[in-house]
Amino acid sequence: MKQFRKMVYPYLVWSTIMIAVPMLLILLYAFTTQGNTVTKFLFTFKNFKRFLTDTTFLNVLYTSLRIAVETTVICIILGYPTAYVIAKFSEKAKLRWVLVITLPTWINMLVRTYAWTGILQDDGVINSFLSIFKIGPIPLIYTDFAVILGMVYNFLPFMIIQIYTSLTKMDYSLKEAANDLGAGPAKTFLKITLPLSMPGVISGITLVFLPAVSSFCIPRMLGGGSYVMVGTIIESQFLTAGDWNFGSAISLIMAIIIMISMYITKKVDKGEKVEGASV
Amino acid sequence: MSKKKRIGSKIFLGIIVLFLYAPIIYTMVFSFNEGKSLTKFSGFSFKWYEKMFSNDTMMEALFYTIIVAILATIISTLVGTVTAIGLSKSRKAIKNVVEQVNQLPIMNPEIVTAIGLLMLFSFIHFEKGFFTMLLAHIMFCIPYVILSVMPKLRTLNPNLAEAAMDLGATPWQALTKVIVPECMPGIISGALIAFTMSFDDFVISYFVTGNGVSNISILVYTESRRINPSINALSTIIVVIITVSLLLVNIIPSLASKKKSKVEAIKEENIK
Repeated sequence: MKQFRKMVYPYLVWSTIMIAVPMLLILLYAFTTQGNTVTKFLFTFKNFKRFLTDTTFLNVLYTSLRIAVETTVICIILGYPTAYVIAKFSEKAKLRWVLVITLPTWINMLVRTYAWTGILQDDGVINSFLSIFKIGPIPLIYTDFAVILGMVYNFLPFMIIQIYTSLTKMDYSLKEAANDLGAGPAKTFLKITLPLSMPGVISGITLVFLPAVSSFCIPRMLGGGSYVMVGTIIESQFLTAGDWNFGSAISLIMAIIIMISMYITKKVDKGEKVEGASV
Repeated sequence: MSKKKRIGSKIFLGIIVLFLYAPIIYTMVFSFNEGKSLTKFSGFSFKWYEKMFSNDTMMEALFYTIIVAILATIISTLVGTVTAIGLSKSRKAIKNVVEQVNQLPIMNPEIVTAIGLLMLFSFIHFEKGFFTMLLAHIMFCIPYVILSVMPKLRTLNPNLAEAAMDLGATPWQALTKVIVPECMPGIISGALIAFTMSFDDFVISYFVTGNGVSNISILVYTESRRINPSINALSTIIVVIITVSLLLVNIIPSLASKKKSKVEAIKEENIK
């Protein structure tokens, strides 16, 4: 079988150039200053210092994290009951509903986000409806609300499917046992169903929080030109301002924050599991 | 479960589905609007479809999207399958390295992958355009193909190829007649993922293309700043294409399995 081993070599070369080198370039640029040529490296923390000491940038970081957390929480609140209801259907109905929930995710994200721009306008459907009751127009587009709505709209199916998968994998005899032992529906849910579906919630959080915190097209389209998030700063550093060093440093900071939050989420999950076991 | 509860959960599900589909239906309805408004429907017309088909930039973007998706799918499926087969026979150290590296584009935020590629292409003085977009798409598609082929290889009996070669098959024959057909379901699902990933990509394409080359996502993004109902027409066409192909992908296997089970049932009856 050794002759097949060689089949990996082309991809080893390819992935070194196309995946590893770009990551190293981000590191290289993040720790150097503008105007550095490749031949002379000047190690510096200036880019990080600039981001972490400027309150405007810190505010942007705060906004991004806040929007991403709010989006994730709303996705759990809406996604959990949806997954729960679907998981209780018959096998055939389940598959049909999973298709219904996932179908929109296959359609271009930009196209789906663009659809909201018409709905949320001052003279759009929602405000026209409200004007019947002599309310408004309420400013909807280019607000926090619009950005969070756009993110929930785009990422909710991921949350639903993750929770749904963990709910269907669950051993139903455990629930029956709890019922037999006298636990009410509420207690059974809190002590059995919820802890057992936690892995789904955790992977759902990963799939929602990660794209939410780094998104730049949703804030640009629904938040307007002056709405700033970490993603939009990185974009402008690279495509308009041209300060690649600073942009690299910001994306490194963002990557580290994402890694830390993923680590915390996993830790919290494990902690809860231990607790559940002791009960 | 009580009846009240059941009706309540049906209503909740209905609201979620409405939330997911209303904007898409809204876009489709307004693509037939006579006027330019995105908020007031003034009459039915195909005007925006005509405008879309006569708009060169839109047709070019559609063309690039489809061409890049097809090429990226073919190349990434080929390379991904070959790599996966090689990996299944490789030493653990190499396997680990490749799997770790593959995790990077999957786990990293898209914007990080995008700026990395942007810097790479400028570093080697590769002009931004069609080829940079194609290379980038191949790069982020391959890991997904490998991920969907690997499980099939893991369940494949390693003695099968060995046996074929003992019986006189060349390694090439063992590969194409034994290993590849056995992994076909994984290869096909990998190709499907690659196609939709490439077709829908925005962030990475936005950073690595230039010189007038764009795809549908970039076009929608840049046009969304002003009112252009042709975008609604384009969206409608994309929605219809994706929905029809997804339904086909989901329905054909179930139809085929129905037919198969019918054939098997008939066969069994004949045996009896």
